[in-house]
Amino acid sequence: MMEIPSYAFLGFSILALAFSLVTVLNRNPASAAFSLVLVFFAFAGMYAALGAHLISALQVVVYAGAIMVLFVFVIMLLNADAPSLDFDRSHFGVRIAGGLLAAALFVALVWTFNHTSLMPGGGQHSPQWIQSAGGNTRALSRLLFSDYVFPFELTSALILAGIVGAVAMAKRKSGNPDSASTLEHP
Amino acid sequence: MSQLITPALMSPAVVLSLCAAIFCTGLAGLLVRRNILVLIMSIELMLNSANLTIVTFAQLRNDLAGEMTVFFVMVVAAVESAVGLSLVIALFRNLRTVDTDQLTELKG
Repeated sequence: MMEIPSYAFLGFSILALAFSLVTVLNRNPASAAFSLVLVFFAFAGMYAALGAHLISALQVVVYAGAIMVLFVFVIMLLNADAPSLDFDRSHFGVRIAGGLLAAALFVALVWTFNHTSLMPGGGQHSPQWIQSAGGNTRALSRLLFSDYVFPFELTSALILAGIVGAVAMAKRKSGNPDSASTLEHP
Repeated sequence: MSQLITPALMSPAVVLSLCAAIFCTGLAGLLVRRNILVLIMSIELMLNSANLTIVTFAQLRNDLAGEMTVFFVMVVAAVESAVGLSLVIALFRNLRTVDTDQLTELKG
């Protein structure tokens, strides 16, 4: 019981790491998008293995569902699934510098995690408390609609602003002949 | 400390190092790639690994506020990707490309 989540976590983490490398290194944006779906599912598995069940379900619904549909739709709309040649044109120095910078940050972060005391415990929501409160989802939902109800209501305003902004920007301007002509004669 | 992270197999430092590895993969993609769709995907990778870090600390510290933070980060990330992808569509409509090298409008 105690080891199965650990092995599951290990498997999902290897899956996530492998497919995040595929996402970044793949020349074809459509293949990158579909490996990103697998990364999101692996993240959902890792959240479940950590005991964050509500976050795991939301990861599948929000990321692997909504956000990936947006990505695939935009790739389809722009016809951008041809292999991108950006690797071949990018400077060799830029590639080396980017990789080295990311590797340096990784080494610094791992050194920090291994040389600081991570201070376990301290909070009031122990696994026993969550168990007695009726599980992770129920405890989190009670918290969401009591202590965090104002930020939760604010997110509805944020989403409305996001929808209006996205439609306003992506809409074809009918009164602007300039943009219409560039669409017809690229 | 969470019972699910058994100290023998998965110490918190190992889990956090994994998050750092995925974050740095996304950062390398953001620095190296030129296709703006792949750049947004790299940003999503970085956001996700940061979320996993927050959940790990929430489990470690026995505090549900961390998981609540991840909930709100997910909402903001959904809005961010919707607005970002509509910006990509507007960019493609004006320049007929998704390559950031072609964005030379402000070049002196």
